[in-house]
Amino acid sequence: MSGETHEAVHRHPAPTGFIRKYIFSLDHKVIGIQYIMLALVAVLVGMTMSVLMRMNLSWPGTNWPILGTLFPGGAPDGMMTPEFYLSLVTMHGTIMVFFVLTTAPQGGFGNYFLPIQIGAEDMAFPVLNMLSFWVTLVGFIVILAAIFFSGADSTVGPIGGWTGYAPLSALPNAGPGQGMGMNLWIISIAIFCVGSLLGALNFITTLLNMRTRGMSLMRMPLTCWAWFTTAVLALLSFPVLLGGGILLLLDRLAGTSFFIPGGLYLSGILSGTDERFPLHTGGSPILWQHLFWFFGHPEVYIAILPGMGATSHILSTFARKPVFGYRAMVFAIFAIGLLGFFVWGHHMFISGMSPYSAMTFSILTLSIGVPSAVKTFNWLGTLWGARIRFTTAMLFAIGFVSLFVAGGITGLVLGQTSLDLPMHDTYFVTAHFHLVMGVASIFGMFAATYFWFPKMFGRLMNESLGKFHFWITFIGVYCIFVPMHTMGIVGMPRRFAQFTEYEYLKTLHPLVVFVSIAAIATVLAQIVFYFNLLWSIFKGKRAGENPWDATTLEWTTASPPPHDNFAGHLPVVYRGPYEFAVPGAANDFVMQTEPEVILQAVGSGREGTSGNGHDGHRH
Amino acid sequence: MGRALAVIIWILTLLSVSLFFIDKWWFPTAISSHAAALDRQFLITIIVVGLAFTAAQVGLGYMVWKYREDADRSRATYTHGSSKLEVIWTVVTAIIFIGLAVMGQSVWASLRFNDAPPGSYQVEVVAQQFQWNFHYPGTDRVFGRTDPNLIDDSGLNFIGLDEADPNAKDDAVHTVLAIPSGRPVELLLRSKDVIHNIWVPQLRFKQDLVPGMVIRVHFTANTPGKYELACAELCGQLHFQMKSYLLVLPDDELGALTALPQDQFQTRMTELLAKYKLPAQN
Repeated sequence: MSGETHEAVHRHPAPTGFIRKYIFSLDHKVIGIQYIMLALVAVLVGMTMSVLMRMNLSWPGTNWPILGTLFPGGAPDGMMTPEFYLSLVTMHGTIMVFFVLTTAPQGGFGNYFLPIQIGAEDMAFPVLNMLSFWVTLVGFIVILAAIFFSGADSTVGPIGGWTGYAPLSALPNAGPGQGMGMNLWIISIAIFCVGSLLGALNFITTLLNMRTRGMSLMRMPLTCWAWFTTAVLALLSFPVLLGGGILLLLDRLAGTSFFIPGGLYLSGILSGTDERFPLHTGGSPILWQHLFWFFGHPEVYIAILPGMGATSHILSTFARKPVFGYRAMVFAIFAIGLLGFFVWGHHMFISGMSPYSAMTFSILTLSIGVPSAVKTFNWLGTLWGARIRFTTAMLFAIGFVSLFVAGGITGLVLGQTSLDLPMHDTYFVTAHFHLVMGVASIFGMFAATYFWFPKMFGRLMNESLGKFHFWITFIGVYCIFVPMHTMGIVGMPRRFAQFTEYEYLKTLHPLVVFVSIAAIATVLAQIVFYFNLLWSIFKGKRAGENPWDATTLEWTTASPPPHDNFAGHLPVVYRGPYEFAVPGAANDFVMQTEPEVILQAVGSGREGTSGNGHDGHRH
Repeated sequence: MGRALAVIIWILTLLSVSLFFIDKWWFPTAISSHAAALDRQFLITIIVVGLAFTAAQVGLGYMVWKYREDADRSRATYTHGSSKLEVIWTVVTAIIFIGLAVMGQSVWASLRFNDAPPGSYQVEVVAQQFQWNFHYPGTDRVFGRTDPNLIDDSGLNFIGLDEADPNAKDDAVHTVLAIPSGRPVELLLRSKDVIHNIWVPQLRFKQDLVPGMVIRVHFTANTPGKYELACAELCGQLHFQMKSYLLVLPDDELGALTALPQDQFQTRMTELLAKYKLPAQN
């Protein structure tokens, strides 16, 4: 169970040169920070795009001189073209889903804290770890290039949404946004898949092989369970997207027809009758959707599971109370991970797929709400009888619970075959997935940032700025996304560059403007976060080893931890991860490394059967 | 801090829920026979959703209000959970959620598990980038032959109709969809290029049109009038302008229209479009 046999293998001396220390580093902590920095840059790009989109939707036809200067092709004379808008939709989605929601929670915080929380000196494969980051970074550079390489057709990038449905994405002659930018979009995603696969292998191996003495599986923090399950999901789903992406690229470049059926007629040309539109025959557009969503639905859980883990961890710490129903939480994570592979068809009810398949997917989809609800109940249970310390990290963790409920619960509507008939591809869907996979996940990461920042940089973030950031963001996201449900009920379609064409949408205009103003205010509030982050690295209050009176292994070592995490002495674990408020103990928290002795006094304090107080392995 | 957070959570909950009570921001009035059952299922679901949402947020607010750090208690309650509670809330949510999923299948089954009833009014829909083409079989109720090789957009033969086919003699092709009121309609959905989606909010109906496939769907509209018809699947640059109209006509008016030769068909359709008005806003 412990990692003695592996210690010699992964131990590597601390590097001394700048390049090996900070750039091509093998240290999981540096790599984690690199991932977080990548996400911090990517999210700025993605957020800016969302503001541009809101401007276009709320004030159509307005002349924005600065846009005309920045994007002479996409916004000639400062007026946004529809293809510019659609490429913003595509790039916003792709950058947010892949380079923010997949990198920060897993590659960032997972990389940094999984090894420390299980008492390992590093990841199992440090070189692989370094490669996974650099491969991912190449993917990011390629996606940015996609914006600029489509200049000829006056867009800022590919048009296809983050789902890139074929055959629109498979046919270079299907109009603006289907040229070189689309090739680069596919290549970027393929590269990203490779990076994520390398990372996933590393996470799984590290967790299974390198836990320190006493760290039985059921003594792991819930964060580790979440990162582990996320890695398994990534390992099984990214290869499918990688395969699909390669096939799509072959359709575009090599004349194959995986996703392109015969007899297509585009821009006045029938497929196969002119060299500008070579012959395609026999492909299936729906095949792409199956491949994409077989990845795409687990991806939703890849984005949110780490946030769930962080929320459980942080709620317990600042509630000063053990996690309620630890075992149930672990099973719920597994159930979500497993069921997550059998619900992809709910994106395709009206795609032309068999209606019987749709029914099956529908019932499985609503089943996945059960473990999600179980998690919510247990979070509330964790707060019940607590003694809550309202740190910024705690506020964001509580915000996560609120937003996870708000966003997740409408899945009960969208998961039903019948109700998908009116709701599919409306703003109701946009509202649902933004709240649950976007905003809730990000709240999990905000909580994680405020919580672990002192460990990573040895200094605390400013709490006043943090709380200001929380209030504006929390209220802001409700104002942005709740009205979008209403828009969806009225029937407002997604991915429309303008709503001015339709009479029935005019009644919604005040809401559209309200959402845009809320979005701009919320985006501006993020400046406070970035400032706090940078300022605190240099000027924050010194943190010490354990500023939060927390219990898990990362708080037993220096802040920031030394190169080998525990300065040559691997910790030994004696109990579960969330021993707060133990009756009879000297403090209201008992660290995992605290030796057995004091347990004698504690034995009578246990309640319930789903806990993990101090059962598990004994050494 | 705990009280402020609780109050904010409760206010946001109240405002969020109230938004769903504003009539003018609700479904437009339905015009199809399956819509009543669908709207009822939506209402049941949204009530369950609203209650669960409210209960969770009120509970969350209560926890942060009541269990803030205070001087009265030196320690939180030490508990690792309760297996009994886990079983209860797992079973209860499973029953509610799966129950909803099963209930939600009935409208779906009525629309999708059966073929269109015999005698349904048939229209072939051929979508292409940013334009709808509706192919009417005419009085013989048989569609003339179409062939991709005969498609000629500049010659206005958008669907590749074979004029030499006797069955095509009485066919008409138009960019507006006219269907009867109170009679089942079957649409044969095709696409010439990329995926499109036919979407009329008042019909509570949506279906992709996939190139390489003929997808047959059926429904019954029951309120004569003119309604906006949109493309709801991203199909390229001018996706947001791929708009047309659905005309639901009394049987005799539609019969008269269908009997007209192609050139008069076009004129009559223009007249009908002017005659019927879009529904008033909620």
